Amino acid sequence: MEEVFRGIWVIAYRELLRFVQERSRLVSSFAMPLIFLAIFGAGFNRIIGNLTAGVNYIQFMYPGIIAMTVLMSSVFSGLSVVWDREFGFLREVLVAPLNRGGIVLGKATGNAATAVLQGLVLLALAPVVGVTLNGTIIAGMFPVLIVLSLSLSGLGVLVASRMRSQQGFQLVIQALVFPMIFLAGVFFPVNDVPAWLSVLSKIDPVTYGVDAIRQLFLGGSSAAGSSIIGVTVFGHTMTMWQDIGIVAGFGAVLMVLGILSFSRQE
Amino acid sequence: MNIIEVLGLSKRFKQLVAVEKVTFQVLEGEIFGFLGPNGAGKTTTINMLCTLLMPTGGRAILCGHDIATERSQVRHCIGLVFQDPTLDEYLTAEQNLRFHAYAYKVPRSIREERISSVLELVELADRRKEKVRTFSGGMKRRLEIARGLLHNPKVLFLDEPTLGLDPQTRRHIWDYILALRKREKLTIFLTTHYMDEAEHCDRIAIIDHGRIVALDTPDRLKDSVGGDMVSLKAEDNEAASAELREKYGVAPVVQNGVISFAIPHGEEFLAGLTRGFSSRLLSVSMRRPTLEDVFLKLTGREIREQEAGGMDFTRRVMRRRR
Repeated sequence: MEEVFRGIWVIAYRELLRFVQERSRLVSSFAMPLIFLAIFGAGFNRIIGNLTAGVNYIQFMYPGIIAMTVLMSSVFSGLSVVWDREFGFLREVLVAPLNRGGIVLGKATGNAATAVLQGLVLLALAPVVGVTLNGTIIAGMFPVLIVLSLSLSGLGVLVASRMRSQQGFQLVIQALVFPMIFLAGVFFPVNDVPAWLSVLSKIDPVTYGVDAIRQLFLGGSSAAGSSIIGVTVFGHTMTMWQDIGIVAGFGAVLMVLGILSFSRQE
Repeated sequence: MNIIEVLGLSKRFKQLVAVEKVTFQVLEGEIFGFLGPNGAGKTTTINMLCTLLMPTGGRAILCGHDIATERSQVRHCIGLVFQDPTLDEYLTAEQNLRFHAYAYKVPRSIREERISSVLELVELADRRKEKVRTFSGGMKRRLEIARGLLHNPKVLFLDEPTLGLDPQTRRHIWDYILALRKREKLTIFLTTHYMDEAEHCDRIAIIDHGRIVALDTPDRLKDSVGGDMVSLKAEDNEAASAELREKYGVAPVVQNGVISFAIPHGEEFLAGLTRGFSSRLLSVSMRRPTLEDVFLKLTGREIREQEAGGMDFTRRVMRRRR
């Protein structure tokens, strides 16, 4: 057990060290959501107008963009596994007296920390898009972002555990990530779409992550009770904590698969 | 005392037999070398000993721990330097070492002191705060050696420690290795396909096609060739040859005006020859057999012939398995 915990903290420590030293990563993780918010926001806000009383398109999209940023950064945590393998550092890690499961959880933890950091940085945009922040929202961000990023890191490691090249990893991840983002209702409310799309969206676990953040931001506003927040599955409308529960369940499965797959390599 | 005890260790990858029933012991404090061409199974053996690969047959005990069932204990007592770099180039030398210290549970009270001492050993103390990315190949290898020693291992594994380095750096690395040997109780297990490097070992196992074909001290291995190679030139080669045959019972060959033959303990033979030889000699030379001669005698091939050949396959398999 001691080797599991040591694995988690040693690996997480190194992930954070790397993150701090690569400032370009912080900048790029901030640039992408900014571009989406600025261009999509400016492009659609006037045509679409208010989705529901008091909530315009940018305000609707903003929580989704935060989820998207966390998703991108989490899934690419797998990239660091592939990177380490290509540059040899993975051997140093694999031969150390550390538990394999602990190594995977350490990657996920280090990554969750950076993802939460990035998500929190995006809060700085709240006044610009016209969302009012309060203590509840900021406090609520932590459990939501931590669960979401840990879960999606599991996906990243699962894909990475068998990948030998960065190019291969990027291809697989892009084929996975873009549909996941678009289906997750970052850009449109998933309750008001054709049935086929609605089914796909509700299978996509990221949908619940997006919804959880959106409920956190808009739940106290005039949007409460409208169809733009709260994913409805089989007639049941999710609460924020139910959303988080679904993401956590999905993440647990992925994490177990990721650990098994990573541990089996020699 | 045997610090490494290997019994019938085997590894097969699907159709390919990489290591076939290898048995040997390594004594505490010795420099033990694995010599063989690329693809002979050296790295596969090391990977099994350091618990990175599960053997498909046989067993091995390191520092009293079984490599298959007590992986964690084995890992704590070994240090490793791989042939391919395994440093995080985006971190500084010091950060790489600190990571290693955390991973191997080096107690906090001695951590910084150990880091400084291993950095000084490989003369990188002044570069400790620089990113590894800026280091030369030789500096990286030195840093890896330092890192391998950081947690005070009982056995240090060096897999082709000087591969791809220039001759000057290679000599430098060997200075460190030989200096390490003076440290108390450190056992060094290394693989190489450089003959001159194998000479530094206390004992060498010659490995070919996954099997150990010979295991002994470098001197005794070379003696097994049948003695030293002696070449003579005489005023009258015919008369000298006849005298050699009659008086000393050797089988000289005259070629290009040079008489040559192999004789055990060549130095003593030459000393005797200068006293009682009646033919007038123009020149005398003697060459010790090299490990290359040993390998040639044992396998019928030169070690270098293999280098660019298809045997690199094993190495590719290994890379994919990492």
